[in-house]
Amino acid sequence: MTIWLLIGLCAVVTMAIKAAGPIALGGRELPPRFSAVIGSMAPALLAALVVTTALASGERIAVGADTAGVAVAGVAAWRGANVILVVLLAAGVTAGLRAL
Amino acid sequence: MPESFRRGVRLGLPYAAAGFVLSLSFGVLARQGGFSALQAIVMSVVVFAGSAQFAAVTIVSGGGSVLAAVAAASLANSRFLPMGIGLAPSLPGGPLSRALQGQTVVDASWAMASRGDGTFDRWQLFGSTAPQYVTWAAGTVVGALLGSDLGDTDRFGLDALFPAFFVALLIAELQDRQARSIALAGAVIALALVPIAPAGVPILAASVAALIGMRR
Repeated sequence: MTIWLLIGLCAVVTMAIKAAGPIALGGRELPPRFSAVIGSMAPALLAALVVTTALASGERIAVGADTAGVAVAGVAAWRGANVILVVLLAAGVTAGLRAL
Repeated sequence: MPESFRRGVRLGLPYAAAGFVLSLSFGVLARQGGFSALQAIVMSVVVFAGSAQFAAVTIVSGGGSVLAAVAAASLANSRFLPMGIGLAPSLPGGPLSRALQGQTVVDASWAMASRGDGTFDRWQLFGSTAPQYVTWAAGTVVGALLGSDLGDTDRFGLDALFPAFFVALLIAELQDRQARSIALAGAVIALALVPIAPAGVPILAASVAALIGMRR
């Protein structure tokens, strides 16, 4: 029962978080400076997602086989590899290092 | 159906494929954490947010309370708040319609739909999210049914999928020097906060780096 409660609550908070911005600020013109900040949010948030998933485990900084896998994937992505190849490389290198 | 929806579907397909493997590992993790197969599948269908689902399952299976798990899931999802604020001006319709359109925000679709000038191509956003939603559910079904037979999925390096996925998206964004400065600042802010803030907060706080964009 508690698991169903957890699922329901997670669904509700996720929907609320995704709905908040569109409800509060939708359908109106915003000042150009605001738009410039919004346009810059993708690199900031994506970079934060990369470092927190590749370099941290919970509340600790942790470097492991997955960090090496992601680094190799990053080089491949930089050289223009397709995203499928990028994620396969990441998983492959990480699994290979762990199997050693 | 607008042309940009079809373009969105095409752009979303590689991320949908990666999401399939990721949600498969979620299904396995949920089963190992005491979820029934049905519970794992329903969670992916109604929550549809990878980092929040992984956070919630990890906490309850480690003996944490439901409240702690929901709080962690909310923090993991907190990045959707600035994403939704950014998207808002590009959404037409009444509040309810905008709230529904806002549900289609997932990282990859949102980043690809951003035109970089503060506006978003909403049909492309919807298009990219559609295949990702389908494979997110399908991958969870496979993972939940395979369940514990697979053992520890870290063996397969599946934990490297999520960051690699974001690396691919990030590199596509790093077109000019300013974007690279913003990314670097975001990364530094997030890493500095990891040891002192609960998971999710470092990512939310990194959105402050976007203020650099005002200099443009």
